[in-house]
Amino acid sequence: MQNSQTISEPTRTSAIRTKTGNPGPVPAPFWPWLAGPAWLLAALLTWKLPDGDDFPDTDRFALLLLAVGLCLLILTATRRLKGRAPWALALGLGLGLWEVVQAKFLLLPRPFFGTPQDLLDVFLTDWRRLGDSLFHSLLLLAIGYASGSVLGIITGVALGRSHHVRYWVRPLMRLIGPLPPVALLPLTFVIFPSTRLTGEVLMALAAGFPAAVLTWSGVSAVDPAYYDVARTMGASNRFLVLRIALPAATPQIFVGLFMGLGSSFAMLVVAEMLGVKSGLGFYMQWAQGWAAYPNMYAALLVMSVMCTTLMTLLFKLRDHFLKWQKNGLKW
Amino acid sequence: MVISPHPVSPLGLTLSHISHSYDMPSGTRPVLDDVSLDIAPGEFVALIGPSGCGKSTLLRLVAGLETPDTGEVLAEDVLVTEPDPSRIIMFQDPTLYPWRTVRGNISLGLDIRGERNPEAVAAAIRLVGLEDFAKAWPHQLSGGMAQRVALARALINSPRLLILDEPLGKLDSLTRLAMQTELFRLWKRQGFTALMVTHDVEEALLLASRVIVFSPRPARILADIHVNWPEPRHRENPRLQELRAHILEQLETGISNIAAS
Ligand SMILES: Nc1ncnc2c1ncn2[C@@H]1O[C@H](COP(=O)(O)OP(=O)(O)O)[C@@H](O)[C@H]1O
Ligand SMILES: [Mg+2]
Repeated sequence: MQNSQTISEPTRTSAIRTKTGNPGPVPAPFWPWLAGPAWLLAALLTWKLPDGDDFPDTDRFALLLLAVGLCLLILTATRRLKGRAPWALALGLGLGLWEVVQAKFLLLPRPFFGTPQDLLDVFLTDWRRLGDSLFHSLLLLAIGYASGSVLGIITGVALGRSHHVRYWVRPLMRLIGPLPPVALLPLTFVIFPSTRLTGEVLMALAAGFPAAVLTWSGVSAVDPAYYDVARTMGASNRFLVLRIALPAATPQIFVGLFMGLGSSFAMLVVAEMLGVKSGLGFYMQWAQGWAAYPNMYAALLVMSVMCTTLMTLLFKLRDHFLKWQKNGLKW
Repeated sequence: MVISPHPVSPLGLTLSHISHSYDMPSGTRPVLDDVSLDIAPGEFVALIGPSGCGKSTLLRLVAGLETPDTGEVLAEDVLVTEPDPSRIIMFQDPTLYPWRTVRGNISLGLDIRGERNPEAVAAAIRLVGLEDFAKAWPHQLSGGMAQRVALARALINSPRLLILDEPLGKLDSLTRLAMQTELFRLWKRQGFTALMVTHDVEEALLLASRVIVFSPRPARILADIHVNWPEPRHRENPRLQELRAHILEQLETGISNIAAS
């Protein structure tokens, strides 16, 4: 008993020392209670201070802040805020500061810097067109990215498994692959009848190349013994490809899919800004043309939410397919 | 027998004048030199030889994963040209598929042939004592457990010939002893023909009914020793010690002959 205490003593003091020397991100118990009031304070300032100019929707913005503040209080009371409290607090303070600086005292150059209620107003008045743009962007992305990824994976498997495919396809891959798909934009507008199709083809290219290369590398790296084990039990070539090469290469394939998604996003914006007459990129281009900066910011916000949601979905998909792996990056 | 209620009918094997070589950048590398061998159905044959002499190559030829340059492998008078589930090979590494659970790995052979037989899978899992790990992923297993899974995965095919390439080579000595007993018991019960490469002379003498000693590469047969003594076999058996010395001597002369020439 005596002994074990003397042994455990140093551990405890060192634990205390690290705690005082470096207060981690874990909030102290009173901390979460600040998040709600921060939003309520922002609501109060928005409502009570006079606007510096004639802004729309100031009251509604105050109402929104109030609603969020109350929700946060409820979440805190039911202890569901947890680690998100610091972020909720910072956001509330940030919005309040933005409101005061720009809507009340007009400290930053306008119209390039808008006010929070300007942004809110865009969502309240122009949500139909924003939604429509989002839908068209998603459609373009879905068709281009999905077809490109599937074709890329098929090409990658074929490259990994067949000498003939390697002989004929590899030079083409080396010629076209490293080229940024954007560079093909002028050419494809001439070749393809519709700008939509152009966008889709380029997006497929952007997604397909990394998928193909990474799948190829994954399939070539499959331990030959994996094939031997299955062959000795009478496996067909089809089984070897679909049930061994593909699952064995899945970690690599997902790396390719992530890279492809990134370049598809880039390609999407470029395609919509330069030719396709719909989508968030087009909306942004249009808003900028009219110096409608709040609209531009709104579209940007929608676009980033769209991208991060798709990224998250892909991570979820990966976690599902790679649940057999020991560890993986958390998004 | 738990897996197949009746013992399988063991496979007889004939290797006649087998020579094999691999193409290397520096020319061909002979690996097997005129190997001839007759294995009766139900025998347990151990192959011993210096490392790199061509034992694994011989097993791959028997499994049908490769075909010999010259000579023939006959399984019951049928020429072996490709792999067949009646001849299952088990490697030194368990080579489990990390994306399949223990159960998924064991049922591999059934999946390949499009069969569904949950009872057989459960029986195979029980046979190697891994009931609690049926849903585990391979990375959660110890080396011994992984090799048990590999054994169950082989046995579920009811092989008539089990080909073992240093199956216990990487296990710690305790696990190794347990697995030796298990392997021997399975061979007795199931009645398959067993062809096992090992680098452990004692293991060969404890398990096999016949020990073949190979020369350094290219492998030739130096000695063919029938080990027929009563069971249970013990390491302390004077006859075993005698044979062990004899085999080690054979191996050494084989190596020194190469050095001399
Ligand atoms: N696929 C291959 N290509 C070229 N050389 C090989 C190949 N497989 C084995 N070898 C060579 O053949 C010889 C015998 O190998 P192996 O049969 O694995 O020996 P053992 O199992 O007796 O240790 C070794 O020298 C090895 O390097
Ligand atoms: Mg070997």
